[in-house]
Amino acid sequence: MSHHIVEAKDLYFTYHDGTQAIRGVDFRITHGESVAVVGANGAGKSTLLHHLNGSMVPQRGEVRIGDFPVTRERLKEIRRTVGMVFQNPDDQLFMPTVFDDVAFGPLNWGLPADEIEARVDEALTKVGALNLKNRSSTRLSAGEKRAVSIASVLAVSPDILVLDEPNSDLDPRARRRLIELLKTFKHTKIIATHDLDMVLDLCPRTIVLAEGKVVADGRSFDIFNDEQLLKNSNLEKPLRMQEYPDFGQQK
Amino acid sequence: MNIGSARDDVLYMDELSHKNTPIHRLDPRVKIIVSVFFVFTVLSFNRYEISALISYFTFPIFLLVSGELPAGYLTKKVLIISPIVILIAIFNPFFDRETIFVLAGVEISAGWVSFFSILIRFFLTAGSILILLASTGFYEVCMALERMGVPSIFVMQLLFLYRYIFVLLDEGSRMVRAHALRSFSDRHMGIKIFGSLVGNLLLRTVDRAERIHRAMLARGFDGSITLQRRIKFKTFDALFVVFWPALFILMRRYNFSGLIGYFLLGIVK
Repeated sequence: MSHHIVEAKDLYFTYHDGTQAIRGVDFRITHGESVAVVGANGAGKSTLLHHLNGSMVPQRGEVRIGDFPVTRERLKEIRRTVGMVFQNPDDQLFMPTVFDDVAFGPLNWGLPADEIEARVDEALTKVGALNLKNRSSTRLSAGEKRAVSIASVLAVSPDILVLDEPNSDLDPRARRRLIELLKTFKHTKIIATHDLDMVLDLCPRTIVLAEGKVVADGRSFDIFNDEQLLKNSNLEKPLRMQEYPDFGQQK
Repeated sequence: MNIGSARDDVLYMDELSHKNTPIHRLDPRVKIIVSVFFVFTVLSFNRYEISALISYFTFPIFLLVSGELPAGYLTKKVLIISPIVILIAIFNPFFDRETIFVLAGVEISAGWVSFFSILIRFFLTAGSILILLASTGFYEVCMALERMGVPSIFVMQLLFLYRYIFVLLDEGSRMVRAHALRSFSDRHMGIKIFGSLVGNLLLRTVDRAERIHRAMLARGFDGSITLQRRIKFKTFDALFVVFWPALFILMRRYNFSGLIGYFLLGIVK
């Protein structure tokens, strides 16, 4: 099985103001993999993710989804394959009610009207938010908003899930619930995050970005043990891998 | 009024629209048609009319009662905007001094009559539009407008306006608070600071709009938004849309409150 491959080849992107966000990124993610993209603020994580569903078009190099490069002509297909969960649920949930938001994708892909409702129910059930169906998105808690954002993406059954800091605004319990939920997904997952403990739970593989370049790509566990690498990329060892301070002897 | 209470007001109105009464269950299109018809009939009276207008209060009162809506709250909302209308109407008594009748020895000028006529019309129309929103909900009104052939670009604008009014209010109130916390006793915000605050808010809005657009594209947005809802036109809707406009026309032709008045006077004599 090789059709859910995500590949970046010698990728470059510079913003209008001259900021070089990505400067030569290469990686290849194969079917069913779960990969974390970590790095300091401004390392280029979000810019990179936006390239994966064609929200941004590479200025040099290319991104390939499956066996095809991301081009303007194939955008529709690519966006259906790559489901993107944005960093801020308020940007993603723009419709009047939860139902409308989850139905937005299926309606745009032209699914028959009588199938929409079933799709919406299915997606909401997967994230455990079926009871929110008729609520207005304005009034949900951060955790609920996150769940609905994910459902709105699942509703079109994408093969690849891209999540941008999925737990940045969640309380510990909602965070745990999200991790358990993501564990159940069989999709190829690409998760940008600062939460390295979550990475330990979800992603066997980690790509470290620094100043728009890949500085490390390998087993998460190995990377988190490389103190020098973590320090250079403004990261810290996951709490679980840090030594437990001995309070008894600190006098 | 501060930003927080504005937010609460919008939320409260939204909550009212979630009740389940015969009025709430009405087809939103029916409600819009009847309300618009009501507004035009009320506005069509000549400017010295008062007594015939009184009978039109049956419509908002009927909606308030059968829609189980809080009359006091909605009246207060109408009162809040009434100064604008009073400001416009208050000049009538000065310019139109011709006496038209004498009440208990006091000469009533035509100006005062038209002043009250304007106020009554304002209460009737603003009140019933407010009731329409409170019993239907903003989104349902938008959807009905779309079904009735209003161009979808306008409907989309309204949808987004309503969805992001909260986000904008939150953002605005955070900025105002940040300003208040650092300006200490000087509560007055100079025009310069206000300007940069509003400018900043605009820039944030543009950024957000871009992110939302990206989120929409990511889910296959191609220029049109479809709301998937089933509106069903029921017998009650048909009755409503026939009965009320018919009554409005009758009340336009015959002055019911006047007739009742004469009738009562006749009994007294």
